[in-house]
Amino acid sequence: MTDTPPKRKDPRQRTPVPLLPPVQRSRAALGLTLAAAEGRFALQGCAECGAVQYPPRDACRACLSTDLTWREVPNGGRVVAQTRIHASPDPYFREHLPWRIGTVALDAGVPVIAHLHAAVSRGDRVRMALRLDRAGQGVLIALPDIEGSAMTSDPTLRAMGTDPRHRRVLITDARAPESLALTKALLAAGAAEVRLGEPETWKAWDGRAAFDGLAAVSLHPLDVTDTGSVRDLAAGLGGKVDILINTARHERPGGVMTGDLTRARDEIEVGYMGLMRLAQAFGPAMAARAADGVNSAAAWVNILPVQALAHDPGFASTVAAGAAARALALSLRAELRGAGVRVMNAYTGPLDDDWHQPLPPPKVAPKALAQAIVAGLCDGLEEVHVGDIARDLADRWRRDPRLLAREMEGGLS
Amino acid sequence: MARMGYDGVVLTAPHTEPYARFSNETAHWWIARALRGSLRAAGLTPAQIDGFAVSSFTLFPDTPVALTQHLGLSPRWLDTVPTGGASGVVALRRAARAVQAGDADIVACVGGDTNPIDGFRTLLSAFSRFALDASYPYGFGGPNANFALLMDAYLTEYGADRADFAHVAVAQRANALNNPHALMKKPLTVEQYLSARPIADPIALFDCVMPCAGAESFLVMREERARALGLPFARLRATIERHNAFAEDPVQLRGGWAVDVDDLWAQAAMGPSDMDLVQTYDDYPVISVLQFEDLGFCTKGEGPAFLRKHDLTITGDLPHNTSGGQLSAGQAGAAGGYIGLVEAIRQVTQTAGPTQVENARRALVSGFGMINFDRGVCSAACVIEAGA
Repeated sequence: MTDTPPKRKDPRQRTPVPLLPPVQRSRAALGLTLAAAEGRFALQGCAECGAVQYPPRDACRACLSTDLTWREVPNGGRVVAQTRIHASPDPYFREHLPWRIGTVALDAGVPVIAHLHAAVSRGDRVRMALRLDRAGQGVLIALPDIEGSAMTSDPTLRAMGTDPRHRRVLITDARAPESLALTKALLAAGAAEVRLGEPETWKAWDGRAAFDGLAAVSLHPLDVTDTGSVRDLAAGLGGKVDILINTARHERPGGVMTGDLTRARDEIEVGYMGLMRLAQAFGPAMAARAADGVNSAAAWVNILPVQALAHDPGFASTVAAGAAARALALSLRAELRGAGVRVMNAYTGPLDDDWHQPLPPPKVAPKALAQAIVAGLCDGLEEVHVGDIARDLADRWRRDPRLLAREMEGGLS
Repeated sequence: MARMGYDGVVLTAPHTEPYARFSNETAHWWIARALRGSLRAAGLTPAQIDGFAVSSFTLFPDTPVALTQHLGLSPRWLDTVPTGGASGVVALRRAARAVQAGDADIVACVGGDTNPIDGFRTLLSAFSRFALDASYPYGFGGPNANFALLMDAYLTEYGADRADFAHVAVAQRANALNNPHALMKKPLTVEQYLSARPIADPIALFDCVMPCAGAESFLVMREERARALGLPFARLRATIERHNAFAEDPVQLRGGWAVDVDDLWAQAAMGPSDMDLVQTYDDYPVISVLQFEDLGFCTKGEGPAFLRKHDLTITGDLPHNTSGGQLSAGQAGAAGGYIGLVEAIRQVTQTAGPTQVENARRALVSGFGMINFDRGVCSAACVIEAGA
């Protein structure tokens, strides 16, 4: 049912108001959200006695230790009871009834209440996942034990997720190294249309021809450093942006004392101010369309250098602009969460492109970045780390941000 | 060590403040009305109450402390009993020991709540931390969804079907038709039960209680006092209470009663077959079935077959939830933890009027409360017997 392309919108009809499932959580339970944001299956456990527990607590139910940690646990389980809810007093769920949930006995040793994928029922072995729901909170869902095509058409996953299937995407800079690969990956994932922004349209550039002849793909003038240009495109596209992927960025090597001020200003203009311009022009319309049927507005994607979690003397001002954009993106996430539109930050290691040429491998192929973003959209992630360097750096950052800052003093190079 | 009995402690002056589907009044109002009802029945003034036990979900921002000032009471013993559907029996346990020990002479036990429009959703929204974290984000089905999972597991595990549960609901509706204050006024047939609108499969409309406003109350005092006041009374023969039992069970197919059932009957020096009537906590028929099993009337899984063999109406061989219970009289918040106990006091004191079971002398009352996350955490039960 959700796998048929949506009908054209009738502007005379009311656009459904975006509603959210219950958003309130305890501090401990936000551990589920953090894991879901990265696509990990983690539960709370006791550092002293090892007991795994659910729901998350402030003390261990086995030994009363308050030394609790989150750990990845086996994601298998068995559905021991199920129900189809036909009546709920909650406005969000009332719009999505009937809704299926079940009790799952996890291999990790605890029973949980979970959303059920349509192909899952009582008695089944299941594969559990933590996903972000429309409120941006981590929830458990029981998926079929064997991965299959049913994943994209499941109404529960669709209601929670940001799957590109049937959705219309705007990529803000066609000239970014990953934009062509991203376009192709989105089309392969079933995106209805891919529009790309093209800065400085009077300049010929290598690679433009590659977009010619791609069905459902079009280029549009867009300069994120020009407020008028951004507004013009937003006005022209109206409510036709379901997923926005901001590929516009300006990355140049250089330090602080010897850095070029003009380049530094460009980095801020594109990476930071550009994000703010895009958010002001496209954000409100996306927020208003977060419940607009199968092709509702769903996600906003930023591409950030992973060093933005700390700093990088080799790319001092580029990474500083990235850090500024990251902080802005986190605030944008908070604003769009109220509407149910997800903000994904894709943190990438150095790309295998001209500006990172002197750096040693491993580097990220533009195609790998594109595929990671599309996979992240399919799984509804908020935080994606692309490439070995990004994963390593993020891991060190989670453990000790100050230690990482020290270690980065030599830079990535 | 063997537990002390409850010799010399009695229950008296039961009062039910008639329920209303929705109410603009406050919990304070409902509790005051019920308390006044019991005091009037006993011929006492508020100043003569020196113990006060209160259960309510809708007093916020007040607590029973504020209620003493609000209602002009000056007790020397005060208790808040937050065990929901187990609160009547649990309040009684606390009050009986206080009276026995002399910490209080007359304890008023009151459960009451209001129910404004949209009150039930609001109440659910902040019910417990585990519910907020791990239950409501999953369809927000409230207790309906929790009991649907329980009933689904029960049907699967023991090969029962929905018709097995119709018997409970239909008999209670028949009982409710004798209770002028029951919210449900129309007869219910098995066919209607089976074909009712689905709520959360396998739970349908007539498996569910109707949330409402109301209050229930009774007094606990020494036998001499009740005699001096000329009040009919019930004696307390045995009680049990348990919380968070069988935490490892993936689904709640047994409650805490199963831990303590032998203790209950040993203290009572009676058995299930000695009971003239049974009042279970009945927010869903399936949980009543669990109570019959866990309290020793039959073995696990035999509940439906056992109940089918019995007539559960007032004139039957096993009268059950004689006022119609919550399923047919309404669920008035924490008063739902009192409805069975207050009715049982009326029954064994022969003051139940239109719902009176002939020659009722002994009653089992059981409570079940607080779906903190995926199951009811509190269970309790008591056996009461007619005074001399």
